[in-house]
Amino acid sequence: MTATIVIERLSVTYSDRVVALKDVSLQVAENAITSIFGPSGGGKSTLLRMLNRLNDMADVAEVSGTILLNGQNILDRKVNVMELRRRVGMVFSRPTPLPLSIYANVSYGLVVAGERRRSRTDVAVEKALKQVALWDEVSDRLDSPANKLSGGQQQRLSMARVLALQPEVILLDEPTSALDPVATNKIEMLLHDLSKTLTIVIAPHNTQQTARVADYAGFFLTGELVEFGLKPQIFTLPRDRRTRDYIEGRFG
Amino acid sequence: MNTNRKLATAHRAQKIGFAVLAGVSAITVLPILWLGFYIVAQGISAISWDFITTFPSNGMRSGGIMPAILGTIYLTIGTALFSVPPGIAAAIYLAEYAPDTRWTRVIRLAMINLSGIPSVVYGLFGLGLFVIFLQIGTSILAASLTLSIMTLPVIISTTEEALRAVPQDFRTVSISLGSTKWQTVWRIVLPQSVAGILTGVILGLERAAGETAPILFTGATFFLPHLPQSPLDPTMALPYHLFVISTQVPGMPIQIQYGTVLVLLVFVIAMNVTATMIRSRVRARRQW
Repeated sequence: MTATIVIERLSVTYSDRVVALKDVSLQVAENAITSIFGPSGGGKSTLLRMLNRLNDMADVAEVSGTILLNGQNILDRKVNVMELRRRVGMVFSRPTPLPLSIYANVSYGLVVAGERRRSRTDVAVEKALKQVALWDEVSDRLDSPANKLSGGQQQRLSMARVLALQPEVILLDEPTSALDPVATNKIEMLLHDLSKTLTIVIAPHNTQQTARVADYAGFFLTGELVEFGLKPQIFTLPRDRRTRDYIEGRFG
Repeated sequence: MNTNRKLATAHRAQKIGFAVLAGVSAITVLPILWLGFYIVAQGISAISWDFITTFPSNGMRSGGIMPAILGTIYLTIGTALFSVPPGIAAAIYLAEYAPDTRWTRVIRLAMINLSGIPSVVYGLFGLGLFVIFLQIGTSILAASLTLSIMTLPVIISTTEEALRAVPQDFRTVSISLGSTKWQTVWRIVLPQSVAGILTGVILGLERAAGETAPILFTGATFFLPHLPQSPLDPTMALPYHLFVISTQVPGMPIQIQYGTVLVLLVFVIAMNVTATMIRSRVRARRQW
């Protein structure tokens, strides 16, 4: 496997002395879905937010270790975080359309990156909306407010917004926790298709989703990566007793 | 005691409670209505085209109040010029950029205290700083600056509140899409909070327009036979004019006094209504 992201001995401590990640090392495979799962408070969100440096906004006291994205250490102080966030897109648990039109939501990342040519954004918006199978549903009302869409549509819009930037990696933090089963299914199929050409890291809100969508899976417990490997191995032959207990529903 | 009777007692207690609350509300509203009615009744006879377009004459006992109206407009515009841009900028800094440190907490505390200072203190401060120390002299400029200092805390705190009302999720999403902090403020936060900001600005300016004490020593004048020629000239102003004609001029016809009150009241209420209209229009236009 080729690793898009190589995390080495990453530890993160917040200012309230909460240790969110303890000495985590793992490799994220290219063009595959890597799922990190485990009980809440295990450090999944922190890990995702480290990968696009969104954690810079949080009250972080100490970070050690390295995160290499295609060979470049993104924890380096000299990294342009704006550019990094265009390369590593993120979808959040609550669908949050920006208070703009559908078109402006999808083109937002390009526009703030300095793209002023409408012809360019037109192409990118159409392509991104087609990628998330939203184009046919909204192509006749691109200028209407994005928050008029249904929850499932809003979440696909959030994905289109990220895809328009042609990122190298997409991070998804519990992307279907606010959606009904039908909308959840659409998103999961979409992730499956996208993973053919994109590296995806997802922190699902339940273990079943990991079982359904993941190629690789890592089990996080109180900031530690207990076990990591190919999904079938993790789910059928977990090496660690804690992983087995969690998957079988004995705690968490 | 059976349940029915308990319920009946509770019901009666509630009725009495509501009656008391309604009575208290009436007590607060009635004087305002009465005041408004009284002023209109007493002042309406003085209002005419001449009253609002001519100079006072005969030692202000007749004629109009045009220079005072214009003066108040000048002062309001001047105050807006000096207080709105820095006020909004300061609020953006406090709400979006400033870390929560002891220093920023001191700034906030200072602002709360500033809005509690009596306006005459601002007047004396303006006299000391602008008129005497900076040698601007009693003028529209010095009075506007003094009113600005008084208005700034109001504009800063209402603007900051409006900015903070914008959901944090919008900022997180915007940043996650590679925008800078300023792009987030400019493209997302400000358009979302513009109605609240405008309301705060107009309410702050409205208070400035009605104040007497801050302009008393810094730019308002008893009487001018001509209009101010530049911002460095003193001016007449409605609140001060009112003070003059009610206390300093013997034999003053009462309709002119009430007419002046009515004009000032209409001026201030008009700003208030404008604020409300802007807010509802922005809300109606904004579909998200």
